[in-house]
Amino acid sequence: MPFASPENFAKQTVASIQGYSTLSWRAITNLFSRPRYWADVYTQMDSIGVGSMPIVVLTGFFTGCVLALQSATSLQAFGSVSLTGNLVALSMVKELGPVLTGLMVSGRNASGMASEIGSMKVTEQIDAMRALGTDPVRKLVTPRLYATVFMLFFLTILSDTFGIAGGALVSVALLGLNGSTYFHNSYRALQYGDVVQGLTKPLFSGFIIATVGCYFGMNTKGGTQGVGKSTTQAVVVSSVFIIIVDLLVTRAMIGIFGR
Amino acid sequence: MPEDIVSADTQQKQGDAGSSEPVVVVEGVSITFDVKPVLQDISFTVQRGETRIILGPAGGGKSVLMKLVNGLMRPDTGTIRVFGEDVTRMKEKDLFMLRARIGMVFQESALFDSLSVEDNVAYRLHEDRVPEEEAHQRVVEALQFVELEHTIAKFPPELSGGMRRRVSIARAIIAKPDLILYDSPTGGLDPITSTTIVDLVVKQRDVTNTTSLVITHRLQDAYLLARSRFNTETGKVEPIPNDGINDTTKFLVLNEGKVVFDGSTQELVHTTDPWLREYLS
Ligand SMILES: Nc1ncnc2c1ncn2[C@@H]1O[C@H](COP(=O)(O)OP(=O)(O)O)[C@@H](O)[C@H]1O
Ligand SMILES: [Mg+2]
Repeated sequence: MPFASPENFAKQTVASIQGYSTLSWRAITNLFSRPRYWADVYTQMDSIGVGSMPIVVLTGFFTGCVLALQSATSLQAFGSVSLTGNLVALSMVKELGPVLTGLMVSGRNASGMASEIGSMKVTEQIDAMRALGTDPVRKLVTPRLYATVFMLFFLTILSDTFGIAGGALVSVALLGLNGSTYFHNSYRALQYGDVVQGLTKPLFSGFIIATVGCYFGMNTKGGTQGVGKSTTQAVVVSSVFIIIVDLLVTRAMIGIFGR
Repeated sequence: MPEDIVSADTQQKQGDAGSSEPVVVVEGVSITFDVKPVLQDISFTVQRGETRIILGPAGGGKSVLMKLVNGLMRPDTGTIRVFGEDVTRMKEKDLFMLRARIGMVFQESALFDSLSVEDNVAYRLHEDRVPEEEAHQRVVEALQFVELEHTIAKFPPELSGGMRRRVSIARAIIAKPDLILYDSPTGGLDPITSTTIVDLVVKQRDVTNTTSLVITHRLQDAYLLARSRFNTETGKVEPIPNDGINDTTKFLVLNEGKVVFDGSTQELVHTTDPWLREYLS
């Protein structure tokens, strides 16, 4: 790609932001008018939710394991290894569960959406859809958006659960801690604000994954090569967005709940 | 909602059935991509029942013109009226209703890869919530028209290029449109398959008298279209006797974004324009 002049670059950026905002807005509001494509919503829920389960369970579980190991080493210095459960639960629920699940699903589904919609775009299937009287945003983007937000919420809970379970396994098997103390501490560590924070994040991440994936898909140009490019961009942009928004949400939640 | 569309649609059909207004009116249309002017000041009209062949070298803007007519793109300047409605200024939502009367065959077929042939052809019927039995019946009829009944359960990637093109034609005609847009229906096909596709276009033209736009860059196909007719008795497409020419078939020749010819087959054959003579020879 040749270097664009600063003026053109600014223009393109503004145009992209405008395009992205319009797409997101239309994707959200489409649910409030007919026709609605429920069958597509369920298909997407299956592909995003059920399909991502193994990867989310595995990453959650092993993250919990490694968290227990790491925190036990640090806690040993203060002679409070028994607090491992607290640390694992707090880190998983507030931060690692939501963010890792978001990143994993972004890698799996933002790319999937960008490449699927991108191929439809370059083979004129999107235009064909419009020619047949269907709004592609309604048919393709809206179901993906709602399915992702809904499923990511539950995937995050799943990841948190397996993370805490992984931590328990390591604590009991390797660190020789008492299992019931671990769970008791984990449970006591979590306060209302922590859970709200941990469950607000996937709502944002789900929104980012679906809208960014679909945006890059819908704006694919230049044949199969273009599809590859959109796919990569979708994953990169959605991953970065997820982490930035994670920071913003964390800051806002600390402001609200004080922790 | 779908019922509303259908009833509004039939009212419209009745409303303008008797009028003699042209189906497509293109006036002073120009469009530029980046810095490249693709169409410059294009004007032409297509009358009811007319078959308009759009000829011209590749890259001349024929596909862009067809997408403009269907409201899939908007021109920089100029107006396009289809069934009397200005598609260059309509909202996308209203365009969806207008497009219920327009069937389009895309250059590369543009079938939905994830749907079976049956679901592809029935797409519009499913959108309109036509009952399953009736939809199936109509799909079978449409596939019989293009002689592909046996592919009903297959998926597009399993079909040859010519078959995909025919399925695409079936999808475009299933809702009995009042205007059919064929974008290079014979493009990239071998001569024999091309002939079967041209025969389908002729059959559709002579059986239903639907107004249509047909893009091609192959002169043989264009002439074949102008010189053939569908014989309802034998059910076959045959050359019009005594070197006759179908008089509803007209030509529009585009080159480098400009109209170089607009008229009947006779006029095209006897043109004196040097570029056109060169192109036709
Ligand atoms: N969406 C688009 N964006 C940019 N350029 C386009 C677009 N569509 C078509 N063009 C350009 O317009 C020109 C005419 O294309 P087209 O209408 O497909 O020609 P043809 O007469 O072969 O169908 C080509 O040079 C093509 O690159
Ligand atoms: Mg073309």
